Amino acid sequence: MNAQQIRAQAGAWVERRDTGALSESEQAEFDAWLAASMSHRVAYWRADAAWASADRIKILDSEKPESAARKALPGAIKAAAVFVLMAALAAGAALYSRAPADRTYATPLGGNETVSFADGTKIELNTDTLIRARMTTNERTIWLDHGEAYFQVKHNSARPFTVMVAGHRITDLGTKFLVTADAGKLQVALVQGRARIDTADKWMAQHSALLKPGDVVLATTDSMSRTRENTSELATQLSWRRGLLVFHRTPLAQAAYQINRYNREKVRIADAALNDLPISGTLSATDPDQFARVLENIFGLKAQRTRGEIVISH
Amino acid sequence: MANTTDTFFGQGDPPRAGAPMNASEIQAWFVREVLPLEATLMQYLKRVRHNRADVDDLCQEVYVRVCEAALLETPRSARAFVFTIARNLVIDEMRREQIVPIDAVADLEALNVAADAPLADRSLIGREDLRRLQTALDELPPRCREAVVMRKIQGIPRREIAARMNIAEKTVARHITEGICALANALYGDTRRRP
Repeated sequence: MNAQQIRAQAGAWVERRDTGALSESEQAEFDAWLAASMSHRVAYWRADAAWASADRIKILDSEKPESAARKALPGAIKAAAVFVLMAALAAGAALYSRAPADRTYATPLGGNETVSFADGTKIELNTDTLIRARMTTNERTIWLDHGEAYFQVKHNSARPFTVMVAGHRITDLGTKFLVTADAGKLQVALVQGRARIDTADKWMAQHSALLKPGDVVLATTDSMSRTRENTSELATQLSWRRGLLVFHRTPLAQAAYQINRYNREKVRIADAALNDLPISGTLSATDPDQFARVLENIFGLKAQRTRGEIVISH
Repeated sequence: MANTTDTFFGQGDPPRAGAPMNASEIQAWFVREVLPLEATLMQYLKRVRHNRADVDDLCQEVYVRVCEAALLETPRSARAFVFTIARNLVIDEMRREQIVPIDAVADLEALNVAADAPLADRSLIGREDLRRLQTALDELPPRCREAVVMRKIQGIPRREIAARMNIAEKTVARHITEGICALANALYGDTRRRP
């Protein structure tokens, strides 16, 4: 039985006892109900105390002058919040709207930045990422030198948009996609629209693939593989855009690897037996100390903080 | 209520701290010391459960554990006691489900502080209580409110309320039960969740 049902029963007993003396059988029923569990007793005490307190309403008649002033407040706060938000957006637009050709954009460890181009294309850079952009009247080319970026491309067939990663070429056909470049490996996840990927393997043979939403392509210097992810899995991969890391039964070692991508202070798992411990939850990407506290508080692990490192053990 | 002495944490010890309480002492202690913490407790529990019924269940479970523990030993500070139990319950839940909402974790830290903070002046709480009760009364469904006002404020017996409202006595009882539950939630619970 849930709390609401128990509280309703308790309320009914308070009502019954308030009405007048209980018959012998009613009293026995009430005693048995009370004795049955502590859950019944606390619910009864609570309802009984509230009903007794309500005697005081008699004294207070209709005293409600403050409610109008109270209601006015949230509106005023909301207006202020919108104003601040718009000011922040305006500042962002002023910074990035006139990005010149062949420019370099970089984020530091733990950084997360959005670059907006004049054509409406947006590129969000994840931690430790470097891109170069060449925007001319007849081409748009981005080099992802390292890191991870989420592209929201305004398609224009007269002005093709391509992303170059270590010799591989991704050509936009009206898309949102995520590209990760990590030590010669390239991963492209297509979120929306279509794109084509052309990779040049080490024998100089061309591989080409057309990507649909949910497609994830992993290309190295000599291989290319394609898998499909459902969209919620892709959304999880993109949670860094909100400054969060989302783990769902992620092995601890992998979770630590993820959070270490964002921070100078590294989390190290000292005990190999812990590597596969599944972790679920949403955590700030840039707060390794919070990550450590969760492991301490929730999983009962030890976190030792030393110079530039948090060591996790049993 | 048997005991009307206000015993605040940090301002004098509750009677016979450390000794077990009997059933009626627990009731008085629960009403005086624990129920006033419900609004804060509910806010805390809402961090782990977003569904109203689940929050109520957790709150009820905290009360059960608090009172069962108080049968063995009178806590020195009801506030620290309640929030330690709530914290353990929440941690158990999180561990069981392996779900760690970010703000719940942050709040575990905050709670350690909250448990040490002295309570606000009781006379201010009293005025706030009355306002909550009045608001809850005003927000009851019309027929339910009518029954509660006749019973509580005008002191009219149930049989006569039934006759005046032209409904069965059983229906009056149901209206009043609903009113009691709503008043309890308004008085102790977190009423700010209302739009």
